[in-house]
Amino acid sequence: MAKRIEAVGVSAYYGAFKAIEGINLVMEPKSVTALIGPSGCGKSTFLRSVNRMHEVLPGARVEGRLTIDSQDIYGRDVDVTAVRRLIGMVFQRPNPFPTMSIYDNVVAGLKLNGVRRRSTLDDACEKALRAANLWNEVHTRLSRPGAGLSGGQQQRLCIARAIAVEPQVVLMDEPCSALDPISTLAIEDLISELKNQYTIIIVTHNMQQAARVSDRTAFFSIEKTGDPGRLIEYDETTRIFTNPSVKKTEDYITGRFG
Amino acid sequence: MTTLTTPTISSALHVRRLPAWAIGVTAAGAVALSVALFSGLGLLGGGPVLTAVGAVVLFLVGLSVVSTVVEGGRAARNRVATALVYSAFVLALLPLVSVVATLFGKGTGRLDADFFNHSMRNITAFDANGGAYHAIIGTLEQAGIATLITVPLGVLGAIYIVEYGRGAGLFILAFWILIVSPHLSPNGRPFYSGFAASLALSVLMLPTVTRSTEEMLRLVPAALREGSYALGVPKWKTILRIVLPTALPGIVTGVMLAVARAAGETAPVLLVALGSPRINFDPFHDPQESLSVYIYDQATSASRYAPARAWTAALTLVALVLTLTVAAKLLSRRNTLNKGK
Ligand SMILES: Nc1ncnc2c1ncn2[C@@H]1O[C@H](COP(=O)(O)OP(=O)(O)O)[C@@H](O)[C@H]1O
Ligand SMILES: [Mg+2]
Repeated sequence: MAKRIEAVGVSAYYGAFKAIEGINLVMEPKSVTALIGPSGCGKSTFLRSVNRMHEVLPGARVEGRLTIDSQDIYGRDVDVTAVRRLIGMVFQRPNPFPTMSIYDNVVAGLKLNGVRRRSTLDDACEKALRAANLWNEVHTRLSRPGAGLSGGQQQRLCIARAIAVEPQVVLMDEPCSALDPISTLAIEDLISELKNQYTIIIVTHNMQQAARVSDRTAFFSIEKTGDPGRLIEYDETTRIFTNPSVKKTEDYITGRFG
Repeated sequence: MTTLTTPTISSALHVRRLPAWAIGVTAAGAVALSVALFSGLGLLGGGPVLTAVGAVVLFLVGLSVVSTVVEGGRAARNRVATALVYSAFVLALLPLVSVVATLFGKGTGRLDADFFNHSMRNITAFDANGGAYHAIIGTLEQAGIATLITVPLGVLGAIYIVEYGRGAGLFILAFWILIVSPHLSPNGRPFYSGFAASLALSVLMLPTVTRSTEEMLRLVPAALREGSYALGVPKWKTILRIVLPTALPGIVTGVMLAVARAAGETAPVLLVALGSPRINFDPFHDPQESLSVYIYDQATSASRYAPARAWTAALTLVALVLTLTVAAKLLSRRNTLNKGK
């Protein structure tokens, strides 16, 4: 089910600007990898390179090698949509489709990819909403607009939408930064559960969150503005937070910079 | 260490407010003074318009003075600005109200069954009856076909510009000429038909539809597109199922503006459909009337019965466009909001 993501010498550009350089990372299946680091160091850029979302922007491109279970994500004959179906994504701000009901939002990925059978859709909807801990709150009003939910519910709706297509890997870019502490806790619990099935990569600005939910932590940083972001240290989360081997990591974690 | 200073900004939450009756009194005073000055004494030549403008200006001055004294400067500025905004609104509404009032005043003269089920065939300058049935058919067919041509072209063109291409204006024009120009004159001779009018009208409508659709598509947040891509949905399907439905109400507004404009257009229809006093259901052959051409005909006709027909036709045209617009808005709103399970 869950798959291993491996990055070898990955660099990403916005036009002529190099945002990240030479990233080497292995993200293990059925585990949570946290990406931390100061703003602008390229965490989002790296994350978006993994499911080929980076290239959506005009002029943006990726160099280096990214593989999922040793299959090249950027291979010549690889179908982008297949990659994205395999590697789901949850964004910083909840983005439910405003014209769709809760139900349609959850099964959007299935419906738009050609699944028609009502019973299949119904089952997938319930399963995804249960997995996202949202079923109890919304099962009586599935036909109401998805945009009418609270921020935290909308984010869980987006998580349900992402996992309804049964991806192997789930990318999360600061999924809790727009949420209140209660919703954040609900999503952290959810991440711990999802870990049993998926490979999860999460960007977070919250050290405690990284420490709570992740198995391994990657620390990114930049020298100065305009320089590309680099991977400084990558290790077991407990090691990164108790006994980092690089001084810069320690400074960042203890709040001395960033 | 504590020092006592006079606060420069008042920390009191409760301030003195001007009661509603004081505003009424100010308004009444301004009106009375203006009537006395401009209508009574005939200052500056007098007249009702000057009196009305004078009343508004006097009210603004009076309001700012009274409000400054009672509530202070900030509240006074707020009141004057509010009053100015309302005045501007009323001013903008005046021409509309005037047009509607004129239409209803003069347009109801021929609002009878005859008008809606008879053409102008065999009606001479001395006949009081005759109707606009043929013109209504013409307008519906011409504007309808023009819309059928324009909406797909305009929306697809806008999608191309926003989602795929850069600087695509020429592309659309070329495409348009390619598709449409052979139909204008199949045998090299010009001929009159409602369809020719539709083509002419769609040339007029295309920029409006394309531009407004373009703006609406640009308003759809990139986050929605990315949310769809992240589910493995291909780009074309994302545009069709996510972007277009989100932008639909705005696109419909743009289309209806273009339809209204086309339905009111006279000159191109006159040139290529010519106009006709007879009922002609076939948009592809022979001259065809439209409501705007009908209005033009009747308004310039020498018959004493013609002006009444022209006014009623104008009222009919406005009512028709209004009905279509409201219907389209209701439909698009129902489609976007209540797309239930
Ligand atoms: N769309 C974009 N166009 C150009 N530069 C961008 C764009 N998005 C991000 N960048 C730049 O790339 C660098 C990395 O950004 P990002 O990956 O968003 O950082 P992070 O997520 O770690 O805060 C920053 O210097 C940022 O200014
Ligand atoms: Mg970011």
